[in-house]
Amino acid sequence: MEAFKDFVNHVTRPRVLFPLLLVFTVLMFPPNEILFKINKKLRLYKLWTRMGGIIFFSLMIAFFAFGLTDPNFKKIVTKPDNVPIVGLLFLVNFFLWVSMKQAYENDARMDEGKESSEAGDAKEKVLVWPDLVYIEFISLILCTILLMVWSILLKAPLEEPANPTVSPNPSKAPWYFLGLQEMLVYFDPWLAGVVFPTVIILGLMAIPYLDSNKKGRGYYSFKERKMAISIFVTLWLLFWIFLITVGTFLRGPNWNFFGPFEYWDVNKLEVLTNVNLSEYFYMIWFKRQVPQNIILRELPGFFLMVSYFGILPPLLAKTLFRNIFKNLGAFRYSVFVVLLLIAASLPMKMFLRWAFNIKYIIAIPEFFFNI
Amino acid sequence: MANSGDKKNILGRIAETQVVKSIFRTGVPRSRRQRMMIILNDVFLHLHPARLPVSGVKLKYTWCMGGLSFFIFLVLTVTGILLMFYYRPTVEYAYGDMIDLREQVPLGIMREIHRWGAHLMVISVWLHMFRVFMTGAYKPPREFNWVVGVILLVLTMLLSFTGYLLPWDQLAIWAITVGSNMAGATPFAGALGPGSSLLALGDVNFITPSSDARFALLGGRFVGEGALLRFYVLHCIGLPFIIMIFMSVHFWRVRKDGGISTPL
Repeated sequence: MEAFKDFVNHVTRPRVLFPLLLVFTVLMFPPNEILFKINKKLRLYKLWTRMGGIIFFSLMIAFFAFGLTDPNFKKIVTKPDNVPIVGLLFLVNFFLWVSMKQAYENDARMDEGKESSEAGDAKEKVLVWPDLVYIEFISLILCTILLMVWSILLKAPLEEPANPTVSPNPSKAPWYFLGLQEMLVYFDPWLAGVVFPTVIILGLMAIPYLDSNKKGRGYYSFKERKMAISIFVTLWLLFWIFLITVGTFLRGPNWNFFGPFEYWDVNKLEVLTNVNLSEYFYMIWFKRQVPQNIILRELPGFFLMVSYFGILPPLLAKTLFRNIFKNLGAFRYSVFVVLLLIAASLPMKMFLRWAFNIKYIIAIPEFFFNI
Repeated sequence: MANSGDKKNILGRIAETQVVKSIFRTGVPRSRRQRMMIILNDVFLHLHPARLPVSGVKLKYTWCMGGLSFFIFLVLTVTGILLMFYYRPTVEYAYGDMIDLREQVPLGIMREIHRWGAHLMVISVWLHMFRVFMTGAYKPPREFNWVVGVILLVLTMLLSFTGYLLPWDQLAIWAITVGSNMAGATPFAGALGPGSSLLALGDVNFITPSSDARFALLGGRFVGEGALLRFYVLHCIGLPFIIMIFMSVHFWRVRKDGGISTPL
């Protein structure tokens, strides 16, 4: 058992789990035909069947049930404010399964030349009274019962009175912002706390204007919208839900990482020897002093940023995203690709940090401008 | 229903009285016509269309998450109003009022319902967004309503965020401190943000810790009296007012854009 716990503590480290999940998610939701074929060969789509769902959720429940026998795991998971996030994890996975199961069923129907099951349903109309009104009535009664039982069983937490001189360790933002707080590990506050949330909101709003695919409206389908679903679900599961999970359950004192079965030791030390790109460039590769001039000093970083946002988009338009460029036109394509590159900058920065201890690509602390 | 005219039970008779008839103009909805009229005549029910496609009443298609988000919003409004009777948003009283709510108010689970309901609403709004994405319901002609939905999502999280401070315990002020410190790093508008030092006239900086985005959010240089009042007003009046407007638009547009999404 201890060996298993150690293994889990090891595997859940972001630098192990995040790449694993990224590869797994892209294979589970393949954006193009090649990956789709690999998915088929590995029979990963079997997860979206009744049997797959039963096995998956049994494993998930078993993991939590086993975890609750461990004092460290139990302490964090049963904190009153963390209970909803456990619920969120189950709900998100459950509804992901519900939607993908129906999507694959519809895809199979449409492969046989039949229409989606929703298309059949839509031909017939029913009266809102009583059909819909009763469903709403029952679901709001169930929701009320759930809330009341939950409220009776679990007291709303109230900690010590506010004291501006004693800061708790760790200090955590409300749980739905913990994904942003987790990004603070890799980016400065002006990016993680201001620019990224703005880009996330604008990016979400832009979805209907960037998805030029006319198919797949009003029914679950994966095959007809591979690219869209792959991008959205990857960002949603990994950059939203996963980062919140890490921030909630796996970040302890000093925002250090703690495995789910690990004791939150305030004195845990993590050696940080992070280096800026400019220092890498001048001191390690060219064995000389970092220049005094800011522009000269940050030249490698500027070069990298300009090529990332300036040269990569047209290159992608000619190769990987040729069809998207054709469908969207120059302006929409630019918006799409810049949003995608900003999203991709998070895992890139993560990998640079884990592999090379890179702190900043561009570091101009004089103007608080660090990327 | 043919011989219901002869043998009427008590409920049936009450339904025929002048008082009830004056309230529900349609009468007991027995016929198809009456069932449609009851939706059309009622100010609340007529958020709905009178008829809808079968897929619209299938839980495995709709998940009911949008409706539940709205319902939880109503629950939060009611419990919130009740809590306002007991709660004073000042540094002296706020925490003590929380203790009183827990220990003095009989059957006091209003705070629990409010807090857990708030968590639940954030989750149900996210799942609603996820359902709308997975069914491609944001596609034309519903693009703009998706945008309104994103605004509602942001407002939901802001409502929850402003409410987080009100208990005035350690969890509250430090969570808000962490959250609002980000505002201090806003480019140009935050004292610790990139470019803010460029907004200066000679030696005089325009953006200082006493005049930046964080200060505007907190009404002070740290989370104190000013922040508590600001967050209270935003939580109880400001944001609910804005979210109601966007919710009205959202529901209106659901109907105007063709009701619940269906295949073309």
